[in-house]
Amino acid sequence: MDNIVGAKSRLTWAVNLTALALVLLWTFPTFGLLVSSFRDRDQISTSGWWKAMFPSEASVQYRAPAPDSAGLQDGLYTLTGNIFDGGAGEVTAFGTSIRAPDEHVVGEPVVTDDNETVTVLANGDFTITSPTAMEGSRGMRIFATSVTPARFTFENYGRVLGGEGLGRAFLNTMTVSIPATIIPILVAAFAAYALAWMEFPGRALIVAVIVGLLVVPLQLALIPLLKLHNEIGIGKSYIGIWFAHTGFGLPLAIYLLRNYMVGLPREIIESARVDGATDFQIFLKIILPLSFPALASFAIFQFLWTWNDLLVALVFLGNSADQLVMTGQLKNLMGSRGGDWEILATSAFVTIAVPLVVFFAMQKYLVRGLLAGSVK
Amino acid sequence: MAAVTILVGVFGCICYFFLSNMALDRIFPASGPNAGANINRANQIRPWLFMLPALLLLCVYLVYPVFVSVYLSFMDAQGQNFVGGANYAWLINDVKFRESMVNNLLWLVFVPAASTFFGLVAAAVTDRIRWGNFAKAMIFMPMAISFVGAAVIWKLVYEYRPEGQEQIGILNAIWTGFGGEPQTWLTSPVVNSFLLMVVLVWIQTGFAMVILSAALRGIPEETIEASILDGASPFQIFMKIKVPQIWGTILVVWTTITITVLKVFDIVLTMTNGQWGTQVLANLMFDWMFRGNDTGRASTAAIIIMLMVTPIMIWNIRNAAREAR
Repeated sequence: MDNIVGAKSRLTWAVNLTALALVLLWTFPTFGLLVSSFRDRDQISTSGWWKAMFPSEASVQYRAPAPDSAGLQDGLYTLTGNIFDGGAGEVTAFGTSIRAPDEHVVGEPVVTDDNETVTVLANGDFTITSPTAMEGSRGMRIFATSVTPARFTFENYGRVLGGEGLGRAFLNTMTVSIPATIIPILVAAFAAYALAWMEFPGRALIVAVIVGLLVVPLQLALIPLLKLHNEIGIGKSYIGIWFAHTGFGLPLAIYLLRNYMVGLPREIIESARVDGATDFQIFLKIILPLSFPALASFAIFQFLWTWNDLLVALVFLGNSADQLVMTGQLKNLMGSRGGDWEILATSAFVTIAVPLVVFFAMQKYLVRGLLAGSVK
Repeated sequence: MAAVTILVGVFGCICYFFLSNMALDRIFPASGPNAGANINRANQIRPWLFMLPALLLLCVYLVYPVFVSVYLSFMDAQGQNFVGGANYAWLINDVKFRESMVNNLLWLVFVPAASTFFGLVAAAVTDRIRWGNFAKAMIFMPMAISFVGAAVIWKLVYEYRPEGQEQIGILNAIWTGFGGEPQTWLTSPVVNSFLLMVVLVWIQTGFAMVILSAALRGIPEETIEASILDGASPFQIFMKIKVPQIWGTILVVWTTITITVLKVFDIVLTMTNGQWGTQVLANLMFDWMFRGNDTGRASTAAIIIMLMVTPIMIWNIRNAAREAR
């Protein structure tokens, strides 16, 4: 028996480690983006984001002010300053020659060949003194090894939301996705009820067609519909994209809702019919409230899909400021500011923030919808 | 302005259902001399009232485009003149199309396989640990991220800095850490296609995990208990008892991801735009639609995607029909 117990604990270890590895692998890239969005431009371009959490060690090279500008203090010619120029950091060692940039201890005066005394403090303050007047216009070079503490900024967010027009795009995305979520639910719920609980010829055929339409690629619909929209005068407008999203979302909506409604107990519906309720009343007062989980599942799906969609927005909406959605904006930024990671990372995080909140708040419904939605 | 339009649209929708039902009840009242006949007649019409908006939208937005696309694929760039099979002939000889087909086939093999595999592993391990729900949420999270957002996330991973500078992309940092020279990953053919696929695998694994985990939990306990008594090792139980029983679900996951793969567009458009040998069908279609301004060729590419989806479509319909019976 001991043997089995031993094997079990080893298995538990392996399982836990595998899970940990998967979780790390899957969150690492997103985490990197999140960290990067709080770093400033220089930090991003000089070091990897994974170093951002730790104090970074760097070599600082500083040229002191010109020797002939030294003032007389306590009978000594003195130059003072800070090698970080006001920035943050902690000097761990310093030197006066490039060959030995860390030969001296912080805080101890060092006498150079020119009989000048140099002191560098941990916070970067330095003093150079000399009993005789210093000459020349080139200042002495001071080399230091410094430790800079981790530093984060919210500046990028302010800049992206205002200057890069992402705030506007955020509103546009809302304008697209909220009606594009509500309308299909409404339309599909009625149709799903008819397909689940009303008797009429051709019902099975319509269900089959809807299952087939589930997988029709969007690509096929783009050109004909854009032409149609232009012909009937909708053109590139919000109305057009609402209709498009509604049409593309309907098969899944009807399929999900119908499957759910079919499973509702027959007795409730039949006793309501016996009591004289019309189909309309049954639908409004019994079916809709009971179908809430399925409605919520689809709502989350459709919301995530319309919020995250790029293709439909590119085709059915224009490129002007009042129609550009966030995904489109982000795509444009990737083209025009490909190297500006502080802008890109922050913009990307703004665009994925809402879906992530929805995701974590409503995960239960999303999972339920996925389970019901995959054609078995 | 937008808020008003939203309200009008949603309100109009509700009005339609209310008013049309009231009208039906008014025309065929369920009382008076013909009450019985009226109720029957109203019951014949009502389903269609309920379904009318949905059917209309489905026809206009999904059925009608299929036919127009077929028609356009036999027409010239402006959709004016009939050109016969010229678009298809062009397609077969086009270098970019062949590249797209090869890439699409690679995607079709690699992405569903890798996503299902990782999903299965994730489902198996997260069901056995105490922090399983947290782990699931983390692996599932990329599902909520847009393809464009994912593209930015992974572009940072693949970022390149010339030798001598510090690498800010983790892939190059690891690569150079092992002594390699920094690579411009996204411009090196074949490797770059796989790196784009990784992004989709990253997104789809959560989906596979959720579905497969539910299937694994649905396996009858007795079969597992019996195999434990027979002395099967945990690995054997998983491979020989559990996996065969959820084979049907694995197939469903596989086909669902296959359809996603065929439509993959955003990732390629935003990361490489089909350059350096990474073109895929959906992006090729988009290219010809907007940059080539050729509805004939674009429609032809779309038809090819449709044809590749069709077998799965038929399979789905047959399964659904069998279940309904």
